[in-house]
Amino acid sequence: MKQFIAFVNKEFYHLVRDRRSMLIILGIPVVQILLFGFAINTEVKDIRVAMHAPHPDAFSEGVTERFRRNEFFNLREDLHTPREMEMALQKGRLDMAVLFHPSEESIQLIVNSADPNRGSIATTYATAIIAGYQLEESGVGMSQIPFAIEVESRMIYNPGMESAYMFVPGIMGLVLMLICTMMTSVSIVREKERGTMEVLLASPLKQGTMVIAKTIPYLLISIINLVSILLLSYFVLNVPIRGSLILLLGISVIYIFLSLAFGLLISTVVRSQINAVIISAIIVMLPGLMLSGMIFPIENMPSILQWVSDIVPARWYTQAIKKVMIQGLGGAMVWKETLILTGMALLLVVGSTLNLKPRLE
Amino acid sequence: MDKVIEVEGLTKRFGNFTAVDRISFDVKRGEIFGFLGANGAGKTTAIHMLCGLSKPTEGRGSVAGFDITRENEMIKQNIGYMSQKFSLYEDLRVWENIRLFGGIYGLADKVIAKKTEELLERLNFKSERNTMVKALPLGWKQKLAFSIAIFHEPEIVFLDEPTGGVDPAMRRQFWEMIYDAAERGITVFVTTHYMEEAEYCHRVSIMVDGRIDALDSPRNLREAYGAKSMDEVFQQLARKAQRAD
Repeated sequence: MKQFIAFVNKEFYHLVRDRRSMLIILGIPVVQILLFGFAINTEVKDIRVAMHAPHPDAFSEGVTERFRRNEFFNLREDLHTPREMEMALQKGRLDMAVLFHPSEESIQLIVNSADPNRGSIATTYATAIIAGYQLEESGVGMSQIPFAIEVESRMIYNPGMESAYMFVPGIMGLVLMLICTMMTSVSIVREKERGTMEVLLASPLKQGTMVIAKTIPYLLISIINLVSILLLSYFVLNVPIRGSLILLLGISVIYIFLSLAFGLLISTVVRSQINAVIISAIIVMLPGLMLSGMIFPIENMPSILQWVSDIVPARWYTQAIKKVMIQGLGGAMVWKETLILTGMALLLVVGSTLNLKPRLE
Repeated sequence: MDKVIEVEGLTKRFGNFTAVDRISFDVKRGEIFGFLGANGAGKTTAIHMLCGLSKPTEGRGSVAGFDITRENEMIKQNIGYMSQKFSLYEDLRVWENIRLFGGIYGLADKVIAKKTEELLERLNFKSERNTMVKALPLGWKQKLAFSIAIFHEPEIVFLDEPTGGVDPAMRRQFWEMIYDAAERGITVFVTTHYMEEAEYCHRVSIMVDGRIDALDSPRNLREAYGAKSMDEVFQQLARKAQRAD
């Protein structure tokens, strides 16, 4: 125990005396969460639309008025001819052109679908507006239609369809792991580079003591990071914390510990601090982004990638955080994720202890 | 006198390269044992095996009564080690380094506090207690590193090139500290480049190409080789070396 405390103290001094790293460690999560939170936005808003009616009538006027009042659309009144609209579409200054053909009793929508997601959502909005107007104008009330099926949809968990709800858990999984892994990935190899490892190995200090002691100061600083991420997402990105805060923090601490242990494992393998940083960035970033379910739904992946995603810790963490934070589910619903993360953390601690050879070579 | 280090046919091979080639010797308690050799002669590899940092390929040995192959963890409790690279933490203060290593060797807080005062007093270091180690001159760093290596009163201390790059006046002071330690019963196993330092040792071994070619007191060696100084003895032996640096 005395050895352990002495070693933890030493690690604390290293951490707090390295001002520049400290600034980076505490600053990166803030920057990342704001950057991701504001930059990644899958909501479709501000769709620029222009209308063309060769023979304006009540119907075309009515539809145009509907588009003008709709909050998702931005009606461009300066474009009149189809030719002008085509130019504007090409130059990317217009998202949609609505062309009325009174003779054929049809309306043509020309939609910029370079971004397929945005294009199809814009089409859905526009179709709904036109259909709604038509229904109203036909003069038939709902009661007069023999079979009226009313579809009423309710978006639960994220009624406002805020993309931050989706991304915050993903970013937490990514940023926490990235920072934690990088911090510890340099810590053993630094001692090797400076020659202090030789003296530690010649001392009665046990490898396990060294590994656990090295995680403690970083665990504390990561909890500060976790709190700042949660505060930012709650107050700035308006993401709710519906479930138990204790549960959320508990799962996060397990995940942080796992990431720190992963960094130590990397540190026992690499030969220089630079390599440690590069390797941990690549190993964490790529699967963290691609296979954690943050951007691409795991259910849609080919089964081999689904298996790979099973060993990506960020996947389980993100899943658990979504359940607790957004859906407000309790411990009974996240025991599986918690268990998997705990298991992975223990495996990594044991792995890095065994890999930290008691001898040189 | 009892023997604290006994080595027989100790060999270390890295692939085809034999770094240490069947060396045998023993070191008596309280002795200052000089371990000499050119760069690349195998000194550091031999020290690593004795400290339990490296497993011998062949041969056997014991340090402080423990087998170096099987009981290397027991050895670690009973030795002090100062490596060739500077081995204190530069971003820790003087007293923090002392407390760290005191803690690692399991000394009680009270003992650490008391011994820290003695150590600072002896080194005339009281004013430097709160200085970051990186701000100390090299000679002072080495003296501090040595004091910390023997802080837990080990049976043997291994010093790998402790005075490399240190100016002559400081080296002199450093050797006075080595004598002090030996008087307190700590066996000193030291490697060095400087042949005048070899004269300070009770006995000296000279390694050439991984083998020990000579082992005796400096005076006997000088006589045997008909040399005026240890430097001449060393030159005669080193000329036979096949290995390049």
